[in-house]
Amino acid sequence: MEEDSRKGDVFPGASLGGKNSNSRGMRNPLLDGVLERVQGQDSSLFKPSPSEINMYQRHLDEVLAESGPKADVNRNLLRDILDISPTLSEAASAIVDDSFTRCFKSNSPEPWNWNIYLFPLWIVGVITRYCFLFPIRLVLLALGWIIFLGLFIPIHFTMKNAKLRQKLERGLVEFLCSVFVASWTGVIRYHGPRPSRRPKQVFVANHTSMIDFIVLEQMTAFAAIAQKHPGWVGLLQTTVLESLGCIWFNRLEAKDRATVAKKLKDHVEDPESNPLLIFPEGTCVNNEYTVMFKKGAFELDCTVCPIAVKYNKIFVDAFWNSKKQSFTMHLLRLMTAWAVVCDVWYLEPQTLRPGESSIEFAERVRDMIASRAGIKKVPWDGYLKYYRPSVKLTEKKQQKFAESVLRRLEDNNPSEVPRVA
Amino acid sequence: MGNTSSMLTQYDIEDVQNHCNNRFSQREIVALYERFCALDRSGKGYISSDEFMSVPEFAVNPLSQRLLAMLEGLNFKEFAGVLSAFSPSATIEEKLSFIFKVYDIRNNGKVSREDIIRVLCDLSGNFLTDEQRQAVVTQALEESGYSKDDSLTPEDFLKVKLKPKCYSWKGRLEDGGGSAR
Repeated sequence: MEEDSRKGDVFPGASLGGKNSNSRGMRNPLLDGVLERVQGQDSSLFKPSPSEINMYQRHLDEVLAESGPKADVNRNLLRDILDISPTLSEAASAIVDDSFTRCFKSNSPEPWNWNIYLFPLWIVGVITRYCFLFPIRLVLLALGWIIFLGLFIPIHFTMKNAKLRQKLERGLVEFLCSVFVASWTGVIRYHGPRPSRRPKQVFVANHTSMIDFIVLEQMTAFAAIAQKHPGWVGLLQTTVLESLGCIWFNRLEAKDRATVAKKLKDHVEDPESNPLLIFPEGTCVNNEYTVMFKKGAFELDCTVCPIAVKYNKIFVDAFWNSKKQSFTMHLLRLMTAWAVVCDVWYLEPQTLRPGESSIEFAERVRDMIASRAGIKKVPWDGYLKYYRPSVKLTEKKQQKFAESVLRRLEDNNPSEVPRVA
Repeated sequence: MGNTSSMLTQYDIEDVQNHCNNRFSQREIVALYERFCALDRSGKGYISSDEFMSVPEFAVNPLSQRLLAMLEGLNFKEFAGVLSAFSPSATIEEKLSFIFKVYDIRNNGKVSREDIIRVLCDLSGNFLTDEQRQAVVTQALEESGYSKDDSLTPEDFLKVKLKPKCYSWKGRLEDGGGSAR
């Protein structure tokens, strides 16, 4: 039993992959009202993104449209009540495939070493990588760290001239990042004009792994805003990176949000601070898709400079699946691969257009980044990796269904419908 | 069956295909198995309800709990068997029988008025009052010639000429999962 192709559009994975249909026509006054109500009532950090609501709005509009009054005399209330197949079908469809899980799937490359002469070649490659390249890289990294710490610590604690100290610290961090990049033989091509230090601007980029930060930092000493991590990374964060002006948050703490928003605003307004780099997806995605951008970065009343980052999986997949491996293991994997190949595009700075909401602005920038990097867009909030979707989304569906039932009741006997008091 | 689709032998695939009354092609079974393994993150051989609920599109569905009851803890063969009712090539009887099972939670072969009201409750949440639900179900039953206390059997579902809608799956099963470039 196949429906016409229009029904296929109802499923996000099927239609939104590759098409920008979600970004068009978002100016819907009805939707704004919905957002206001949701934002007002739900004060937790993890609201459904407006595009999720929009998507479900579309689903439900379709269902509503079908259940409107028809000329068909064979309408049978019992049949319509009993027919739960659309809802069941949606659920089954989600089980079979859904666009959210696809964003975090690391696609393992096809093995190429499967026959008798390629296999020994591969063994030679493995030995070269693990026994020659890896130790050399480790030594390089260690040397780099020693030089860095040897210069950074004295400068940080003894130099009084703040401006010069900051300049030197920036240079040192850029140096350390170059050492990191060399330690996994990063082949990185930068396209577009290099970021300039100007007031009232923020940089946004898509996020695949923490090495995004290192790759970008190598070129320009950004101040980033990121999740505070445990372990040695956290130590680095609180010592070295804070001197750059980096801001940390804890996504598991709802109250953090207001303090972080304030820090962001202060940072951007300070003319001496380093340019701010934000990853609006909020989580690492597998570089084939982008999830919804959080609007926080787009409400700061600044120019937004998009940066698109695309990794070439030819030697190694740079996606860091934080649920599956620690950052150390991830780094080790990179360091035992031949190279990490990457393209970085600095795109044209964008400002909020008149009449555009910050959500639409975020979507527009996401469009730019996704099309430059050649990756697909998906209408999900990245934080759904950690949290269940808001109950409000289910309630919206229930509400629409209830309304259509009430309408049927009214159609049948206008005077007898029991009203809610 | 192991952890990767390369571990599914031809025999396994045919076994599952038979179990599903040939509603899935062999390619679809391989793709479904990849999906099963992707959802079963800890490799236990079945998908727990937590793992189902981590799919946001599923979690927001009003009938998710009912489907969970039918799907959690199943091994791949049973999982494919349950989902075969959604295949476009499933017969109307199979689809209706699935819908019947969703309603008949007490599994006694009959769908009573309370069963219908319970499902209606899942679907409408707090947006319909109890009286409204009762009124709708009463009216629906009486309009079709049943008394308001009748229980429905699968034959009744057939008689009512339910036309279950089945959204096309072709795109999802073959293209999704993602090992294709």
